[in-house]
Amino acid sequence: MENKKLINLSHISKSFDGELILDDLNLYIRENEFLTILGPSGCGKTTMLRIIGGFETPDAGQVIFDGKDITKLPPNERQLNTVFQKYALFTHMTIADNIAFGLNIKKKSKQYIQDKIKYALKLVNLDGYENRMPDSLSGGQQQRIAIARAIVNEPKVLLLDEPLGALDLKLRQDMQYELIRLKNELGITFVYVTHDQEEALTMSDTIVVMNKGYIQQIGTPEMIYNEPQNAFVADFIGESNIISGTMVRDKLVNILGANFECVDEGLGINKSVDVVIRPEDVDLLPPEKGIIKGRVTSLIFKGVHYEMEVMANGFEWLVHSTDLVPVGQEVGIWVDPFNIQIMNKPESDDEEAVGVVDE
Amino acid sequence: MRERFKRKMQTSGVFRQLLAGPYIVWMVAFIVIPLLLIAYYGFTVKTDDGLRFSLSNLTLIANPINLKALGLSLELSLISTIICLILAYPIALMLRNRNVGSDSFVIMIFMLPMWMNFLLRTIAWQNILEKTGVINSLLSVFGIKPLNLINTSGAIVFGMVYNFLPFMILPIYNVLVKIDQNVINAARDLGANAFQTFIKVILPLSVPGMISGITMVFVPSLTTFVISSILGGSKIVLIGNVIEQQFKFLGNWNAGSGLSLVLMIFILISMALVSIYDKDDVKGF
Repeated sequence: MENKKLINLSHISKSFDGELILDDLNLYIRENEFLTILGPSGCGKTTMLRIIGGFETPDAGQVIFDGKDITKLPPNERQLNTVFQKYALFTHMTIADNIAFGLNIKKKSKQYIQDKIKYALKLVNLDGYENRMPDSLSGGQQQRIAIARAIVNEPKVLLLDEPLGALDLKLRQDMQYELIRLKNELGITFVYVTHDQEEALTMSDTIVVMNKGYIQQIGTPEMIYNEPQNAFVADFIGESNIISGTMVRDKLVNILGANFECVDEGLGINKSVDVVIRPEDVDLLPPEKGIIKGRVTSLIFKGVHYEMEVMANGFEWLVHSTDLVPVGQEVGIWVDPFNIQIMNKPESDDEEAVGVVDE
Repeated sequence: MRERFKRKMQTSGVFRQLLAGPYIVWMVAFIVIPLLLIAYYGFTVKTDDGLRFSLSNLTLIANPINLKALGLSLELSLISTIICLILAYPIALMLRNRNVGSDSFVIMIFMLPMWMNFLLRTIAWQNILEKTGVINSLLSVFGIKPLNLINTSGAIVFGMVYNFLPFMILPIYNVLVKIDQNVINAARDLGANAFQTFIKVILPLSVPGMISGITMVFVPSLTTFVISSILGGSKIVLIGNVIEQQFKFLGNWNAGSGLSLVLMIFILISMALVSIYDKDDVKGF
């Protein structure tokens, strides 16, 4: 069952000092969805979040929230709350006063506010911190208080602007699970902005990949990872071998002078394409059993797997495998047809991927 | 290893102390010794058989004329500090919201008067406010009778505000620009309108700057004798003028020092009162 569309961004454009940040952008956000906007810095993802939050007004286009046009509504009149990148706690107030800020503005009763503070602190695992000052808390704790401060207002949507960016790796991973748990417990929509592809893959229901102000692809983490729409997405999400090739016919592609079987059809004959093969999908076999032959040029142990580089037909293949193949050994390369992802070559860098707008 | 590390720490510590040397010499020569001298003069009186310890210089303040001068000084410097605060805050806020850099033209405009000689600025205002000065000449063109502007408490307050306003603007501005825009955004995000955001977030966070500003305006206003003698004439006497007279015209260094010490106590008391409102130490500036 599809949830209803809660936020609808339609034809949003925004420029700063003559530089186009967002260009005619369209996006739906569904109710109860964990949606992640993923992209490199400067891709316009934070600007998009700030437009939803009400801190920027788009030059063109509309923000529809729950059926109402909120494009020009100030942030304090929107039914959503933001968790900011560097916590942005009120350093002159206690933790309790920080959390109560929004409720005090709404003039809720003392008892209600007390209960809410207790509930929120319990939710973020920081009971008993009511009377501490923000400066006395660690980064991770401050970020949890920032989340608590936002959710006590019972927003329909929580906007998170790279909230884990300032935390160290271990804490970041813990907080990812914490956020998933919170989202499930609260049953509200999360819109999450990050440049960290692992974070996006771990937490999201839907990932929106952006680059240079354009949406490159929208889809589930599996779709984005397994079937990237273009070379940018393939390159940005995880590691991959991106190789130029030519379609020989349906279900057969020529790369590096050899024909590989694939499952893609309808791309046309002799059409130039980009071929994406994930490093873990490259199988190393004895030389005579592979489609092309190569030689292992480097080997690094990465913990869960070995990372190898194989020079074959003038291309350095990145290979992840749990089986060790020593440097200098001749190998055959074979790829399952299902794991070969074929993409049209884009006309230009910032061309919008075809067919992403209608999901 | 540990020993060597320790020794290295010690030598760098000595080096650091050496760096502080010139400042210590400066401090002793121009701050500590003069203060001790003032205390020495303040607590002694000249008698026929040399100097003698006495509190009579301090109790001079109880003299009705001196008491009145001190009272007026406190009143006028308090008024000008409040006026400076009221004028400076919106200016500092405006400068912050404009997001102008510290080298910007707008800030320069406010700082420009500071580049001109203090005495010159005050004498200029004397010329403007005089009976036959610029303002009254202009008014007479429209047939308005000359106003009594100069030699009033108002003129002195005006002079104080004009001269010391930049010292209020700068520290407040410095604190305001350091407030993270996201903290302000967070307040708006949590439902506060612009006014509530100002009262609950911006104002409390700028208290350290206001305290610096209050100190930097109140203290020079309380001790000034130049502004009051140029814009106040001989009729209005502030405590600064009383002290000046003791040193310059009556040659009584003991009485002058004694009154200075009393004034210092008042400054310390007022600073203590102000800092009650500041939970943290005065940051910035």
